[in-house]
Amino acid sequence: MSETTRTRSGAGRAFARKVLGYAGALAVLLLGWSLLARAVGSPALPGPLIAMETFAGQWAHIWPEILVSTWRVLAAMSIGTLLAVPLGLVLGRSPRADALAAPLIYLTYPIPKVVFLPVFLVLLGLGDAPKIALIALIVFFQILVTARDASKAVPEASLLSVRSLGASRLDLYRHVVVPAALPDIFTALRIGTGTAIAVLFLAESIAGSSGIGYYIVDAWGRIDYPAMFAGIIGMALLGVALYEALDAVEVWATRWRKAGSR
Amino acid sequence: MASLSFDDVSLTYEGSERAIRALDGLTLEVADGDMIAVIGPSGCGKSTLLLLAAGLLAPGQGSVSVGGAAVSEPRRETALILQDFGLLPWKTVAENAGLGLRIRGVPRAEVRARAADALERVGLGDFAHSYPSELSGGMRQRLALARAVALDADLLLMDEPLSALDALKREELQEVLLELWRRRRHTSVLVTHSIEEAVFLGRRVVVMSPRPGRVAAIFENPGAGTSGYRSSEQFFARCVELRAMLVLEGAL
Repeated sequence: MSETTRTRSGAGRAFARKVLGYAGALAVLLLGWSLLARAVGSPALPGPLIAMETFAGQWAHIWPEILVSTWRVLAAMSIGTLLAVPLGLVLGRSPRADALAAPLIYLTYPIPKVVFLPVFLVLLGLGDAPKIALIALIVFFQILVTARDASKAVPEASLLSVRSLGASRLDLYRHVVVPAALPDIFTALRIGTGTAIAVLFLAESIAGSSGIGYYIVDAWGRIDYPAMFAGIIGMALLGVALYEALDAVEVWATRWRKAGSR
Repeated sequence: MASLSFDDVSLTYEGSERAIRALDGLTLEVADGDMIAVIGPSGCGKSTLLLLAAGLLAPGQGSVSVGGAAVSEPRRETALILQDFGLLPWKTVAENAGLGLRIRGVPRAEVRARAADALERVGLGDFAHSYPSELSGGMRQRLALARAVALDADLLLMDEPLSALDALKREELQEVLLELWRRRRHTSVLVTHSIEEAVFLGRRVVVMSPRPGRVAAIFENPGAGTSGYRSSEQFFARCVELRAMLVLEGAL
């Protein structure tokens, strides 16, 4: 009983610390932004007050665009992850499959996938499909390489002890390989969020007529700089929300790691 | 019935540079319910012997059998405890204790009950929901034992299970092991590099030769397992004798 209370108030403190940290960082950012805007003195860089006012005023126009973008990035990351994790884990544990796949991965991994954007646009049209496909492709490679290395690094002793219990291949993945690789996969996913949103912006700004990236570029074209910055705030919020959501899922999915640090 | 027998067993590891002959014509009989210790220089194939008995390795020549049947894959009633205990950090104490049962397809409710019972027996009843990283070294070792208890194993194979513990914890857990054996009378094979541990927990002590490993000598030690053995004159005398034998066999 006393232990649960302690843990719960500990979690409450951690949450309060996080909120305080965000508030402090936000204050510093806004101050820097406002100073920079004043120093530059150009309409292309409005101060945070005007931008936030516009963001609030334009909310009815902005939130549907954020929703569209959120759906695209979530769908793309899910598809990329669901394809890459099983494949990466198997490659890491099977030297024969890895010998076949490794040259292919090494050859294709360094290619910046963004360059395929025009190809996807031609083949898949201007809707959601090319954006989702491009982001999924990028996330796929990042997670694939991480999952493969993580499953290669699973300690042989852990596998041996579970095998001695009569574990099948599937049992080994379920009880040992997957949980062992989870922390690394989450790290790759969190790093991947940044890339995914950057690519999303690029894809939305080049083609199509929806999404928060399109909203920004559209405002730019209309020389409506406050609206452009309202869009930038929207995109930033999307990034932060995605990152925090992933963080929360990671904490839950890898509960044992918190236990060790106590 | 879990008698264990090695009949002229040889095994060679094909290394990347050169092949290493780990065992060379090893023959050994362990009767059902016996408690033996295996001691020998490092690299003499002690661990290989356990992996063979557990069905995780196949012999190059000869045969290994448990209860009269050749071992070709991990057997349900065999429990193996490794040096690092083989605990999974992502599973709670209760999940670790019940892992063997789950893998064997025992219904969840029964897994929970048997794991809880096993934890109670090794004194970890209050830690069911903790993670291994929250336990001390001695408690982790108890947990590894609990897994074997939950499995109701009739053959317990242990690879230097206590070597990571300090002297006091070590003696305490040796008592736990002994208590467990007295109550359940399973067949027990303990690989160790401690002379005192071998004499305390081995009713027979198998002395292995330097690589390639084979049985160099068998040291009869029927006093092991009786109460008060550790502080008896006889215990000290047996330790001195075993040490002399190890020197003679070139194992020390």
